[in-house]
Amino acid sequence: MSETPAVELIDIEKRFPGVIANRDVNLLVRPQTIHAIIGENGAGKSTLMKTLYGMHIPEKGQVIVNGVEQSFSSPSDAIDAGIGMVHQHFMLADNFTVLENIILGAEPTNGLILDMKEARRRLDEIATTAGIDIDLDVFVSEMGVGQRQRVEILKVLYRGANILILDEPTAVLVPQEVDELFVNLRQLVSDGATVIFISHKLDEVLAVSDDITVIRKGTTVATVQPGDVSQSELGELMVGDALPSAEPRTTAIGETTRLEVDSVTVMNHGTSTSKPLVSNASLVVHSGEIVGVAGVEGNGQFELCQAILGLVDYSGTVRLDGQDVGSMPTRDRLETGLRYIPFDRHAEGLMLEAPLWENLLLTRDEEPRFGSRGFIKQANVRKATRETIAKFGVATPDEIVPAYALSGGNQQKLIVGRELDSNPRVLIAAHPTRGVDVGAQATIWHHLRDERDAGLAVLLITADLEELLALSDRVIVMFDGLVHAELDPARATPEILGVYMTGGRPGEAA
Amino acid sequence: MSVMEDVRTDDSAEQAGRAARRRRERIEAGLVTAGSSIAAVLIALALSALLLLVTGKSPGDVVSTMIEVATTSRFQYETVERAVPFIISAVAFAIAAKMNLFNIGVEGQYLFGMFWAAVAGAYVDLPAPLHVVFILLVAMVAGAFWAGIAGYLKVRLNVSEIISTIMLNAIALQLIDWMFNDFFRFDPGTGSLDVRTKPIPPSGWTPDFVDGRLNSYFLVAVAVCVAYHVLVNKSRFGFRLRASGFNPMAASTSGINSKKMVMVAMLISGAVAGLAGLQYLLGEAHSYGPARPSNYGFAGLSVALLGRNNPIGIILAGLLFGFLDASAGPLQLDDIPRSIVSVIQGITLFSVVIVNGIVSRWYTKLTTERAAARLTTEVAA
Repeated sequence: MSETPAVELIDIEKRFPGVIANRDVNLLVRPQTIHAIIGENGAGKSTLMKTLYGMHIPEKGQVIVNGVEQSFSSPSDAIDAGIGMVHQHFMLADNFTVLENIILGAEPTNGLILDMKEARRRLDEIATTAGIDIDLDVFVSEMGVGQRQRVEILKVLYRGANILILDEPTAVLVPQEVDELFVNLRQLVSDGATVIFISHKLDEVLAVSDDITVIRKGTTVATVQPGDVSQSELGELMVGDALPSAEPRTTAIGETTRLEVDSVTVMNHGTSTSKPLVSNASLVVHSGEIVGVAGVEGNGQFELCQAILGLVDYSGTVRLDGQDVGSMPTRDRLETGLRYIPFDRHAEGLMLEAPLWENLLLTRDEEPRFGSRGFIKQANVRKATRETIAKFGVATPDEIVPAYALSGGNQQKLIVGRELDSNPRVLIAAHPTRGVDVGAQATIWHHLRDERDAGLAVLLITADLEELLALSDRVIVMFDGLVHAELDPARATPEILGVYMTGGRPGEAA
Repeated sequence: MSVMEDVRTDDSAEQAGRAARRRRERIEAGLVTAGSSIAAVLIALALSALLLLVTGKSPGDVVSTMIEVATTSRFQYETVERAVPFIISAVAFAIAAKMNLFNIGVEGQYLFGMFWAAVAGAYVDLPAPLHVVFILLVAMVAGAFWAGIAGYLKVRLNVSEIISTIMLNAIALQLIDWMFNDFFRFDPGTGSLDVRTKPIPPSGWTPDFVDGRLNSYFLVAVAVCVAYHVLVNKSRFGFRLRASGFNPMAASTSGINSKKMVMVAMLISGAVAGLAGLQYLLGEAHSYGPARPSNYGFAGLSVALLGRNNPIGIILAGLLFGFLDASAGPLQLDDIPRSIVSVIQGITLFSVVIVNGIVSRWYTKLTTERAAARLTTEVAA
């Protein structure tokens, strides 16, 4: 190898409270390649990329970019060195156009006046070279996820980056959009850019990368080339063990209908365009059944769950155990045994500054053992919290540390434990394993299956299609607020789901 | 599956060790809180000394006068008496603050409560203890009503309670003035210039604890603090109140009715605020008039901030402010302007906000790191 590496990291060490630190991390990225960093959730991929992007300073080690040793103290240093990052969560202003979003913070000016013409000229040039076809005058609010991602990529290119870091870019995309992204990335590389691609999806990494570096428990364990490894070998490198597999169920689905959603419509009150967020959705979940909901985020899944919980106004009927709960406030619905693992644990599920035991109490303060005559029995709550911590393997010194002291995966385990330990009858589980490592994922799957076998009705919403297919007894697909399709998971594949999730039907021309 | 059987059974030694550590950490957290407030007060005193030096006064004189105030029993009683309304109105503010409501309207609520208590107390005759209880209840209901308007506006129309309570303060002043001048002005028929409402009969007075020095009304302040502690830290209602403050969305997702909580929190806050002015009414003046004290509500806001909404903290901060107020008179005799007291109070607040911000960020980082470190060692062990 004669050429100077685009990026070289030597013996990076990063200590970080609450999460796995990076140590002995070594990485060599050849210029004009797509280099995948693969590792399971919590392995330290993002920590590593934040180091490279100057979002924090490592305790030890060297960062060498294009042959020059760098010590970035902020992302703007990294941008100056030609590094750009496309974050997992897009940072775009909805009510701005594509053009406005891209130049925001890097506006070309004529004295004091914005030079929109110049911006447009440069952007057109960049977009053409990168092979990205996009209308610069569309509002971001009108764009789909895949298009928004392209805006983010353009934004980074506009700031002069030739080394692009993409943090889990495919997590939010359906399979077809993933293919388009990969075409764009190939084009970028042939034009001289270098792409660092973070993922935990083995098939994608094998399909697109030139080199793959595996990171496990904070350390880089191997760098391989796609031709030299099989998918299962790569998986074992990543996890250090075999991946969790789907165990076929041995119990029968129950007869009783636990949850019934009948023609539920949720209107959008926020905007004048009165397109419903959920339109005329119907579904049933029986006791002992897991019904999976597939769909690109933002297609009404969240609002559907809010309606079931009684947190938004809706028309139509929601029945729990056959009883119409239309007039019941949320608290009374929860009393019937309805439980909820929320979409966003920080926004909906936790009080970050409060101790773990108070977080356990949050959704369960009506339980008789936790209180009497309006007073809280702290000792009992704390005992129950300790039990949940042990049962679900929450890594924490005790039950009185504040929730913010825990890593995201452990917060998730606490929430899952809190809801599953409360004798649920109907569980809405939104992304139950988001952000947890493979071991914890296996634990959560195991507990979900156990509860299902004991009669729990589960409505499972997850972006992880493997998880969806592995756990669900039936799958419905939501698109644009509609229940778009109902599938048998035994016959569905991620690709078929992808077609439905974008509003199509297999067999139709795309 | 192994995870299921992995439930750890604690042996008693380990449990005792953990309990001891928890106690240590609780004490430490308390010390950090108290320490940062004390540091802020010291910084404020240093800055005030600087100010005195610049204006050509001797900080030494001020300190010696203050020491005298602190060690004289007459002034000690006065400190407590001045602290009582501050503490009560601070608790009123803190209750709402626990769920992120900023009740700036304590000022208007206590005046409203005090006025109606004076009126109702004068026209009713009851045996001694009942009469006092009746007046307290009237004050609480009136204060709650006035705060409830802001609560209702927030719940129904999403009006910021900060704006509405500020407005209601102004309205309360005018409304009371009008009510007083046109309806409840008492004419003793002697041509006296002393305008006031009809006096409350002695059965509705709170007796002095130490004659002429300390009124027994301070017991109400103590009771308010105890009730506040129990309500917020021990009761389910208080838990829900705090939960709504910590994370309103998580609270409503768990079925806590946020509108109801806003309403109830404002009502309780206003009820407590209604009590803030009654030491003056029941222990001193026995009627309402233009000479009534003002600014208890704003002082209470400062005291709650300084005491970090903690009952003990509020008592200590209230005593500090009471002490500074009690020093104002003697300082004036030393030819030091009484406004220096307001300056010290102002600077104290300012440095409290800054020091608390810095300390709490540091402490958050410390607890996070410590939790991580302990995990690492426990996993290794």
